[in-house]
Amino acid sequence: MANLACEFIGIKSINPFWLASAPPTDKAYNVVRAFEAGWGGVVWKTLGEDPAPINVSSRYGAHYGQNRQVLGFNNIELITDRPLQVNLDEITQVKKDWPDRVIIVSLMVPCEEESWKNILPKVEATGADGIELNFGCPHGMPERGMGAAVGQVPEYIEMVTRWCKQYCSLPVIVKLTPNITDVRLPAAAAMRGGADAVSLINTINSITSVNLDTMSPEPSVDGKGTHGGYCGSAVKPIALSMVSEIARDPETANMPISGIGGISNWRDAAEFITLGATNVQVCTAAMLYGFKIIDDLCDGLSDWMDTKGYKNINDFSRKAIPNTTDWKHLNMNYKRIAHIDQDICIGCGRCFAACEDTSHQSILQTGDLGKRKYTIIDEECVGCNLCEITCPEPNAIKMVDIDTGKPHLSWLHHPENPYREEK
Amino acid sequence: MSFTHDIKSNRLLDVEISDNFSDIAPPLSDKQVLVASERCLFCYDAPCITACPTGIDIPLFIRKINTGNNHGAAKEILSANILGGSCARVCPTETLCEQVCVRNKHEESPVEIGRLQRYAVDHLDTTQPYPFTRAESTGKHIAIVGAGPAGLSCAHQLAREGHQVTIFEAAPKSGGLNEYGIALYKLVDDYTQKEIEFVLKIGGIDIQYEKALGRDVSLAQLREKHDAVFLGIGMGDVNALNIPGEHYPGVEDAVAYIKELRQKSELSNLPVGRRVVVIGAGMTAIDIAVQSKKLGAEDVTIVYRRDKSAMGASQHEQDLAQTNGATFICNAQPKEIIGSDTGITEMTFNKTMLDDNGKLVVTDDIISIPCDVVFKAIGQKFESSPLGNDSESKPALDQRGRIAVNDNFQTSLNDVYAGGDCINGKDLVVEAVDHGNKAALAIHQQLKKQINQGE
Ligand SMILES: Cc1cc2nc3c(=O)[nH]c(=O)nc-3n(C[C@H](O)[C@H](O)[C@H](O)COP(=O)(O)OP(=O)(O)OC[C@H]3O[C@@H](n4cnc5c(N)ncnc54)[C@H](O)[C@@H]3O)c2cc1C
Ligand SMILES: Cc1cc2nc3c(=O)[nH]c(=O)nc-3n(C[C@H](O)[C@H](O)[C@H](O)COP(=O)(O)O)c2cc1C
Ligand code: SF4
Ligand code: SF4
Ligand code: SF4
Repeated sequence: MANLACEFIGIKSINPFWLASAPPTDKAYNVVRAFEAGWGGVVWKTLGEDPAPINVSSRYGAHYGQNRQVLGFNNIELITDRPLQVNLDEITQVKKDWPDRVIIVSLMVPCEEESWKNILPKVEATGADGIELNFGCPHGMPERGMGAAVGQVPEYIEMVTRWCKQYCSLPVIVKLTPNITDVRLPAAAAMRGGADAVSLINTINSITSVNLDTMSPEPSVDGKGTHGGYCGSAVKPIALSMVSEIARDPETANMPISGIGGISNWRDAAEFITLGATNVQVCTAAMLYGFKIIDDLCDGLSDWMDTKGYKNINDFSRKAIPNTTDWKHLNMNYKRIAHIDQDICIGCGRCFAACEDTSHQSILQTGDLGKRKYTIIDEECVGCNLCEITCPEPNAIKMVDIDTGKPHLSWLHHPENPYREEK
Repeated sequence: MSFTHDIKSNRLLDVEISDNFSDIAPPLSDKQVLVASERCLFCYDAPCITACPTGIDIPLFIRKINTGNNHGAAKEILSANILGGSCARVCPTETLCEQVCVRNKHEESPVEIGRLQRYAVDHLDTTQPYPFTRAESTGKHIAIVGAGPAGLSCAHQLAREGHQVTIFEAAPKSGGLNEYGIALYKLVDDYTQKEIEFVLKIGGIDIQYEKALGRDVSLAQLREKHDAVFLGIGMGDVNALNIPGEHYPGVEDAVAYIKELRQKSELSNLPVGRRVVVIGAGMTAIDIAVQSKKLGAEDVTIVYRRDKSAMGASQHEQDLAQTNGATFICNAQPKEIIGSDTGITEMTFNKTMLDDNGKLVVTDDIISIPCDVVFKAIGQKFESSPLGNDSESKPALDQRGRIAVNDNFQTSLNDVYAGGDCINGKDLVVEAVDHGNKAALAIHQQLKKQINQGE
């Protein structure tokens, strides 16, 4: 049996699954329920200075797929709306009651040394395992000079991180905002400031929908809406890429990463770990299905590890990094083409429409209506994957490798590249 | 006037018969599983879990299927119900989990829990280690009588807890009615025996075949040599019609006939009547009617003394009988079977109706149905003789004549437990499994206490 226990910046956890700082970790009641369900740790809902902010009514919006499946989720909530001392007391008690579970305290206070100097000892006194600096909240807080407003300026990140290392002895995780062009810059800044790790991503600026009757963006507050933070399954690809960027960059490659963003099942978690995360945090999936999903996260990951012969998380961590590279290094001589399995094909013609109208006219339609047959014109197919992606039947279209007999040749060395480098 | 009693074998070709007896609900394809599993809402406090007698965590195993963790889904099912594979095939889900699925409310179609369960169990990764381990040996030894669903689940659970188990089974094969009773098309390809092989892999379970309680060994002997006894002996007897003509050849007990059918290697050799009357309204009645049709009977009529709504068989099963060409006659009470020592020709019935007080009354209106075979399927009856005659050393029976038990499935004898069809209940495989599980836990608690007290 695979062992899910792991260590992140010196903090031991029974499994790599923590709940991200958000409503699921808002108070002792939720956190205790999460621990009972089996979560390894929590990042407590972000604390700030008193008086605590006030939240509006109507707070969440959704981007739906067919059949009301929530693909993406957004919110216009602020940091905790409960008094600081109440949170600190609860954190102290829960940590005492659950010594084998991790509690990280998320913090967001104004960008002034005094504010940090003041709050850090109080947090340390709770017995929490570490702190996470929320430099990511994209709404409400930046307007007060906090959250993403800080996260978008690397110098501020470095400065605040340094204060934290100076005024408290707990490990410091810097949570990064994705609302920035190059996520490696804030990560490097965090490193310079002495951060023990980074976590990412926080939510993405978004408007999920507009009510076409009232002309208000959702979620609507008395007829008006604002951009909120996007998260959930839909942001996973963005988060994965950002995590890999930090893990691949020589400057930040050694920085431990807590992966966050759209993790809904064990597979997502495994993918984050292969691309550089040491552990993962989950918010939206828990908000949509409840804490019980931890069972599938743990069991699924451990079963998969068993089939692959991985004994612990380290055995596969960063395994996909060597295969993640820049476009210029990809093999221009590699070829794959689509192949349609006629036994599985149901004849819907989606692949044909896609390829004929928008790709390379590589699919042949034959036969009368009702007996249509679709076949790939091998010579025309560029292997773009579009038909395979549009096809409603899993396995009807397979992408098959074609042996071109040619050696590896990247754009870097390609004869047609005017700036090519000699090998 | 001479009659022909038209009972013969080879009514259909072998190929027709093997087609007729193929899997009634074939496995879902991967694509169907994708669609079906997506429909599950992962309900909180899910009603389907409560409706499953073994309390399988249905939303969790379906979510595991949906995330590509079939092995985990199978483990989830089997940890609650070691016969989860056969239950997936034989449970009347339309009256259990699927009946209460919340998807019925606006879509009138539940998540296909049974078929998803089958998919999951079929996809248990057998290259992985056996999913259950045994606790350290307790040195305790339990005798189980009957290797049916109740006995097998009890044995597996006890073996997991570290006890040694010996099963005494009267028949030459284990499985109970899973092997000898359930309709063939529900458990194809010798599934029962394959499943039992999997159950026994836990280790610590020895089955002694053709060892019957009451014949080869007495309850007193078992109690003397073991730390506890679990009785899972099923029912053993069937109810009689008690009408004239019942003794003529051609009047058969449905359960006995199905037993023969289940063990026959060449089904076409089985003699089948041309015109068949089935008396009863439960699962057995449906099964014998459908199987008679599938063997080539021309007319099959199920006759029930009350109206359709009072039938024990679910709507789904009634539909199954009808789809297979059986017809129903309701409100007709058996009067007489007409025939001779060479066979039967017809059966007569009094029509019944409900009086103003809702009581069933028999009228003078008589109908007659020509037939070559009459199957009695009016319920099984517990046969208590194996328990012995000495009322002192024999577990007490309840009002219905089955073994009386308390909430822990303990009989009037402190060290003797019972479950499955031999106690009062719904008489379903899944319930027998539940009884076996719970009795095993109770036995374990009792023995643990003894161990702690140094006995
Ligand atoms: C025709 C028919 C169809 C059915 N179809 C379904 C269905 O589709 N779905 C469903 O859920 N349920 C069905 N049932 C009911 C189901 O089969 C039973 O509820 C279930 O098998 C009960 O399990 P059990 O272990 O209590 O008893 P059984 O399955 O009856 O097993 C009892 C075991 O004890 C052995 N035994 C009996 N006496 C002795 C003795 N003296 N000494 C030693 N061993 C002994 C028997 O040989 C047998 O192996 C059906 C029943 C019948 C008769
Ligand atoms: C309602 C809501 C409130 C959130 N509040 C916070 C917060 O207070 N502090 C913080 O660091 N992140 C906050 N987040 C962001 C999450 O911690 C997480 O980074 C993000 O949702 C991406 O993960 P997910 O896709 O698993 O939800 C919030 C997210 C949501 C949905
Ligand atoms: S989940 Fe529904 S019921 Fe609960 S607080 Fe939100 S709006 Fe109200
Ligand atoms: S999209 Fe898929 S199923 Fe539809 S015609 Fe093409 S190959 Fe067949
Ligand atoms: S009731 Fe239906 S939808 Fe809800 S958990 Fe059970 S199977 Fe899924």
